[in-house]
Amino acid sequence: MRDVICARDLVKAFNGKEVVKGISFSVRQGECFGLLGPNGAGKSSTVKMIYCFLPVTSGTLTVMGLDVQKKPREIKRKLGVVAQENNLDNELTVMGNLLVYASFFNLSKREAQLKAEELLAFFGLEEYQHKKVETLSGGMKRRLTIARALVNSPEILILDEPTTGLDPQARHLVWQRLRSLKERGVTLLLTTHYMDEAVQLCDRLIIIDMGRILEDGRPRDLIGRHVGETLLEIRGDTGVLDSILENGCAYLKGHMIVGDTILLYPTDGQALIQALRPVSDRFSHQALRPATLEDVFLKLTGRGLVDDFVEA
Amino acid sequence: MTLWRPDLSPLVWRVFQRNLLVYRKTWKVSLSFNFFEPLLYLGALGFGLGAYVQQMEGVPYLYYLAPGLLASSAMFATTYECTYGSFVRMAYQKTYHAMLATPASIEDVVAGELIYGAFKSVLYGTVILLVVAALGLVASPWALLVPPVLAVSGLLFGALSMIWTGLVPNMDSFNYFFSLIITPLFLFSGVFFPLAGMPAFVQQAAWISPLYHVVNLTRDLVMGNPGVHLIGDLVWLLVAVIVVLPAPVFLVRRLVIK
Repeated sequence: MRDVICARDLVKAFNGKEVVKGISFSVRQGECFGLLGPNGAGKSSTVKMIYCFLPVTSGTLTVMGLDVQKKPREIKRKLGVVAQENNLDNELTVMGNLLVYASFFNLSKREAQLKAEELLAFFGLEEYQHKKVETLSGGMKRRLTIARALVNSPEILILDEPTTGLDPQARHLVWQRLRSLKERGVTLLLTTHYMDEAVQLCDRLIIIDMGRILEDGRPRDLIGRHVGETLLEIRGDTGVLDSILENGCAYLKGHMIVGDTILLYPTDGQALIQALRPVSDRFSHQALRPATLEDVFLKLTGRGLVDDFVEA
Repeated sequence: MTLWRPDLSPLVWRVFQRNLLVYRKTWKVSLSFNFFEPLLYLGALGFGLGAYVQQMEGVPYLYYLAPGLLASSAMFATTYECTYGSFVRMAYQKTYHAMLATPASIEDVVAGELIYGAFKSVLYGTVILLVVAALGLVASPWALLVPPVLAVSGLLFGALSMIWTGLVPNMDSFNYFFSLIITPLFLFSGVFFPLAGMPAFVQQAAWISPLYHVVNLTRDLVMGNPGVHLIGDLVWLLVAVIVVLPAPVFLVRRLVIK
């Protein structure tokens, strides 16, 4: 598969302060590629450079073989962009939003109308087409924003935190639509700080923190490589860690402490639980659960994503 | 230094059309503000004050006042649009961001906004011209040249407003723009009275007021006194437009694209 986006030593600085610190990655045609990281990691700045909104500070960045610094109009003609903030035209109707946007891509009135009807059907918004945008729910606005980004039948769809702020049902609906877009051959590039979103959608991803790439690969491989299939979570009295390490060392690959919780990476989960039985009366909580990307991120950074999100 | 070459495309018109489309949904609300106010001034001052003044530069006061109010209300329409209106689109609705994700450039967006600002000037000025004509206050077919003058004046006031919007992007700051700049222009540009009676420095200062030149042009066109003396005013406006036009692009770019 050919690379449709290619970044080499990409740097973005605001007033001399680097927020993207020389990252390199490439996105292949037809895949769903994720940029995963906490708020402030540099995800949005990276995608904004890709859709030619922010100028590149240094490094090279090409989209479909075109240099973002030289051919922004040509690139943007072939991209669909779903920005982080809602930027729909609130005064216009659902249909009006699509038609106005289509006019920026020089679609004829008839082409635009047909495309808009097709997209509204695809996103389940036909019955709202004459409604004003301000009357829609958050989930519907998001679906409309994605529909709008598709009026020019883009080869690549860029989504900056596509489901932030949506309720679970609305998120699943968005995911479903994105998966079926991928089946139709659209390359997807998305940023997210939701681990489950990355696992649900991404074929490959990079984990970014403080402007640098920490890891890249397939979500399942990343979990397997850093954490393993399962993980034992324990909370207990102070000093319990020493006893755990003493009793369970034969079945442990590693451990990590997050606040009041001890995360154990077992070679064999059930065997580890057995080995810890002698000290288990000192645990207030014990759970063997499947490992997630969140755990990978924790292991790589020593910090959680959600904590950072709350602080931000 | 190389000459500044703006990255403009026909998408400028899409930006303009987008604003026009939104305006067509909302014009009923905004009409009163820019339209009834000058008519109130015209009624109150033209008839009220006019009863005492009677003649101003050889014509009844109402005749004198009408072209001035026409020019100043066109100015207000544009300045409101390119401060409050543009700021809301830029900062709250993120419309600029949405348009910049299409093939449009920042130059396209700012130019489209300025043309829309100029359109507001022509629209409101012309509607008032028609009302004033219906009242029998237009003396000459030279008044047909008023809309083009309003277009030039609209571009200039649009650019000046967007410079302020770009420098002090803040809702509260627009009050200062209107109190410190627009209202003084409104009062000291010969809208209500000739400046001949004012101290010399006020008369001299009026020369730097864009509205002063717009009022000179509209008044003499409406009254049917065209002449070479108006060329100076027109040239002043055209030169001013060319000089200030690049500034909003640089300032807005600095704000939107960090």
